[in-house]
Amino acid sequence: MSEINRRDFLRGSAMMAGLAVAPGMMLYDLARANQPASSAVRWGMLIDTSQCEEGCDDCVKACNKENGLPGKTGPTDEQWIRKVELKNVKTGRVTSLPMMCQHCAEPPCVDVCPTGASFKRADGIVLVDRHLCIGCRYCMMACPYKARSFVHEPLHDQKPEVPRGKGTVESCTFCVQRIDRGKDITACAEACSKAGHKAILFGNLNDPNSEISKRLKEVASTQLRADLGVDPGLHYEGL
Amino acid sequence: MKALQSVLLALALMVSGVAAADVGVPHLDIGKGGHCVNDPKFMKLNHGDLLKKQRYITVHQGVIGRYSLINCVNCHASKVNNSVLGTNSNFCQGCHVYAAVKIDCFECHSSRPETVSQTLKEVAK
Repeated sequence: MSEINRRDFLRGSAMMAGLAVAPGMMLYDLARANQPASSAVRWGMLIDTSQCEEGCDDCVKACNKENGLPGKTGPTDEQWIRKVELKNVKTGRVTSLPMMCQHCAEPPCVDVCPTGASFKRADGIVLVDRHLCIGCRYCMMACPYKARSFVHEPLHDQKPEVPRGKGTVESCTFCVQRIDRGKDITACAEACSKAGHKAILFGNLNDPNSEISKRLKEVASTQLRADLGVDPGLHYEGL
Repeated sequence: MKALQSVLLALALMVSGVAAADVGVPHLDIGKGGHCVNDPKFMKLNHGDLLKKQRYITVHQGVIGRYSLINCVNCHASKVNNSVLGTNSNFCQGCHVYAAVKIDCFECHSSRPETVSQTLKEVAK
């Protein structure tokens, strides 16, 4: 008999019926969990700035809670996601949007890293391997989006699923600890839809049938600083 | 003379026996314990290499394997202080102090088990 492992079996049964094993979690999510990250997937986001409410920072709070960040906003504090408010001085129109690591297809932070600590996973998530990071902060200077933070102070009581430490650089991970466990929604996107704004849509850009791909096909969207040619995984709508 | 020799030999054996018991492995609080992912003797020798290999697979490929540090801590955190560090009888610190090998895992990683998230529980089943 050919070898059928548990995951293949689960995947097969998930195809027959997308059984929900927990609220918001389907059986096929479990099947994909613990498979190596594959380039069949490219994680990305579509941010609808017209839905993003001025003054709301639920996404920032959710990120801090999920990843055990202090939530301070000083010049040396770690911030993985920031709320930015832009004002067109000529028209007076104010746009509110979240800014974070853009998970570029051609990430400059990876190009400059001298130790290989800054890397892009097969599924498009740009991460720092903190085992290799020497804290030189080249990547922070190379990033056109100012997305990375350096940990200046010793840390205590980190979350088991999100190890962080002094002397290394870090940034948004697309909640990789969730994705690797089969939960395909980031904390910020979850919080945003919970607040009723639904401004952040997270999904697989490589799957033409995913919600994000369908929406990107319909609406006018833009990548920030598209002129740099780094092909960010984040798309903004209504800018 | 022969009797004296055998008495001396017996004494020497006793002394070495006592000494061996004294310098044996430190008394460790293994916490919850139970079935380890491998034979404890094998783990004692190879846990460093296994963790090093696992960390690459987890960080770069996104596969959370059986040799994850979270698994170690979840089973071996002391029931006294809920940690693998703290005193010289705690699981990680005890042996590493004895062997004089510095570990820096816990400068970043949590030394305490946490009530794992629902997702983790679902996947672990």
